[in-house]
Amino acid sequence: MQADETDAVTAPQDVARRQETRARPDLSRRIAWLHLPHFAMERWQRHLHRMGEARPEDLPQALATEGQHGRVIHAVNRAAGQAGVVVGARAADMRALCPTLQLDYADIGGDRVALDRLVLWARRWCPWTAAGAVSAAGAGIVMDTTGSAHLWGDEAGLLREVEGRLSGLGLSAELAIAPTTGAAWALARFGAVRETCAGGDLAARIAPLPVRALRLDPATLTLLRRLGLSTVGDLAAVPRLSLARRFARADLAANPLLRLDQMTGHLAEPVSAPDDPPRFAVQALLSEPVQDPVPHIPDLCAALAQDLAAPGYGARRVILTIYRSDGEVSAVEAATSQPTRDPRHLARLFDGRLDRLDPGFGFDLITLAAPAAEKMTTVQARLDGRPDAGPDLARLVDLLSARFGADRLRRPTLRESHVPERREVWAPAMAGDPRPPEPARTQRPIRLFDPAQEVRVLYAVPEGPPALFVWNRVTHRVVRFAGPERIAPEWWSDRPGTRLRDYYRVEDEAGRRLWLYRDGLIGDGRGDAPRWFVHGVFG
Amino acid sequence: MSKSVIRLPRRAPDPAPPPTSPLPDAPTLSEVFATVATDGAAPGFVLAQVPRGAAPVLWVQDRLSLRETGRPYLAGLAPPPTLLCLTVNRAVDVLWAMEQGLACGDLAGVVGEVWGDPPALDFTATKRLAMRAETHGIPAWMLRRAGTAHLSAARARWRIASLPSTPDAYDAHAPGAARWRAELFRARHRAPGVWTAGLDAEGHGLHFAPQEDAAQAPVRAGATG
Repeated sequence: MQADETDAVTAPQDVARRQETRARPDLSRRIAWLHLPHFAMERWQRHLHRMGEARPEDLPQALATEGQHGRVIHAVNRAAGQAGVVVGARAADMRALCPTLQLDYADIGGDRVALDRLVLWARRWCPWTAAGAVSAAGAGIVMDTTGSAHLWGDEAGLLREVEGRLSGLGLSAELAIAPTTGAAWALARFGAVRETCAGGDLAARIAPLPVRALRLDPATLTLLRRLGLSTVGDLAAVPRLSLARRFARADLAANPLLRLDQMTGHLAEPVSAPDDPPRFAVQALLSEPVQDPVPHIPDLCAALAQDLAAPGYGARRVILTIYRSDGEVSAVEAATSQPTRDPRHLARLFDGRLDRLDPGFGFDLITLAAPAAEKMTTVQARLDGRPDAGPDLARLVDLLSARFGADRLRRPTLRESHVPERREVWAPAMAGDPRPPEPARTQRPIRLFDPAQEVRVLYAVPEGPPALFVWNRVTHRVVRFAGPERIAPEWWSDRPGTRLRDYYRVEDEAGRRLWLYRDGLIGDGRGDAPRWFVHGVFG
Repeated sequence: MSKSVIRLPRRAPDPAPPPTSPLPDAPTLSEVFATVATDGAAPGFVLAQVPRGAAPVLWVQDRLSLRETGRPYLAGLAPPPTLLCLTVNRAVDVLWAMEQGLACGDLAGVVGEVWGDPPALDFTATKRLAMRAETHGIPAWMLRRAGTAHLSAARARWRIASLPSTPDAYDAHAPGAARWRAELFRARHRAPGVWTAGLDAEGHGLHFAPQEDAAQAPVRAGATG
């Protein structure tokens, strides 16, 4: 449960050999641990607040995950904690304990992604920042602050700054700085508030901490408790040889000796910070304001494409920002359906979209950035040297979506439904082809009106469609008809009270064929006299 | 010996009968006028020619066409074509989108619907579309409603109206298979004429039968582009 992902794995066989040649540990590094004990719950509350559904603080709330025997509590808020709800218990038991408990599902994958983003945000303090594990015990961020604390006065100033910024995000944090990651992890949880521990005090400071501070799994903790070892000092007093013999084959999370070495600095545990995601942005700084930014766009696109090509990336979204000399800023955005770094294609996405910009006294700075970029591998689809089919269509989709909006370009696909307007759904233009459903038993029109257009009935007959009706200011006389085809509302998705429809294929004297329906029946108790609509046109 | 020589017939065999389909045999731009704007005959005539397959067909509508005549409905087409539907505000945008679509090699066809007589839809615009369609080998159709047949470079210009449908074999009161009066009033590849068109047995191709009153068909001399 308290295992950490950033741990280095060391072969346990080396431990006994190393005990003879113990060098003085290097305690010059300064590692900060940011422990976020209520990360999941605070993120969930922030989400509710943003959706406008914030709940009162005194309402017991909990997040749950699916366990082997039903739901298990993953995180609780303060009110639930005071009511006796504990993390790791079964949700049904906690419901019995606290009947007003509000249960929601935890989003562990979302927490992981949010923590990764928070790590990038935390690089404002120092570049060596990495994420710890996300679990029911909270989340953590580890930072190697060696040489960067003086920018905030001292280490206490740095920790105050970090805590203030995190509380601005709505996150409560427990912080500590120590010479090793293990000690920082332990002091953040079990130490004083914003504790900083110097290298010389390390041994004295960690000795009174409980063995829970060693990042061990619960089974090993139980074992240590049975052995009567309750503090780190007790464990350190045990002869190394017997500990090494007892835990020779245990892995890191179950090995108190390795964990103790990590805490005291005898076993190195460097912070491995992931690289920053690449940023792609180019700019044209103009010596004099210009009225028309269009001639600069091909050069900017070529420079951006060159930047993208070096690490093998392609742009998915590009933003052209234009700075006016009097301070006005305007941006034009375009998206692509496949990653691309073709400068001509990127330039065409802005064709005709810069005409509406007000130049004022002119523009003096133009930037082109690709905030969303993806790895783009060069693939060869065909062996005969001819171009393959995909990219042309993707480019057309980009061009039309950039000009008219992505919601205007859609692709109708069929799905299983008897209600005509639900039989067709709109998919994004580049979506794949789902399996087509069964064709309808009866004839369907080739054009559909959405919504259906009402007709005015001039001459109704008791059975069948109206004999004479007005649609679009034109009077139609029905000469032939087929029907009715009754389509009932879908009770699982329609509102209660939706009326059934009787569809007729009718043909007027000029040969035009329409799809008429009557909305409801006379006396069905769901509204006034039924009305008639034209829903489609046959070819 | 000379008796045993087989004499070949001197006359060459009959030439192949003239094609019954008046449709152009190479991909090009065709213009289809609907006699009545809300009639389904003209879109039905176009949809019968639209290629069915995995390659999509770009279908561009302007706002008025969408509001007045609805949108193409996939459930009524068997087999359904792969459509890529685009709705734009102005006729200029229809022409621009069609032109972009005709330059894309992955499309199987391009259809544009224009309402009325927009000034942008002139001889030059249609000539550009026709030349692009022929260069890239992509068929294009321009559906015109509530418009007049001004000067145009479309290689085939049709005027389509509904005819009373064929009688239904099982129900005398029901409408049967669709029939259209298809008037080709200007064409580059053949002489103009009037046909009775309908869907063929498979339900997604066209068959043409010469209409009886083809000789008296009103051919507007002034309206041919």
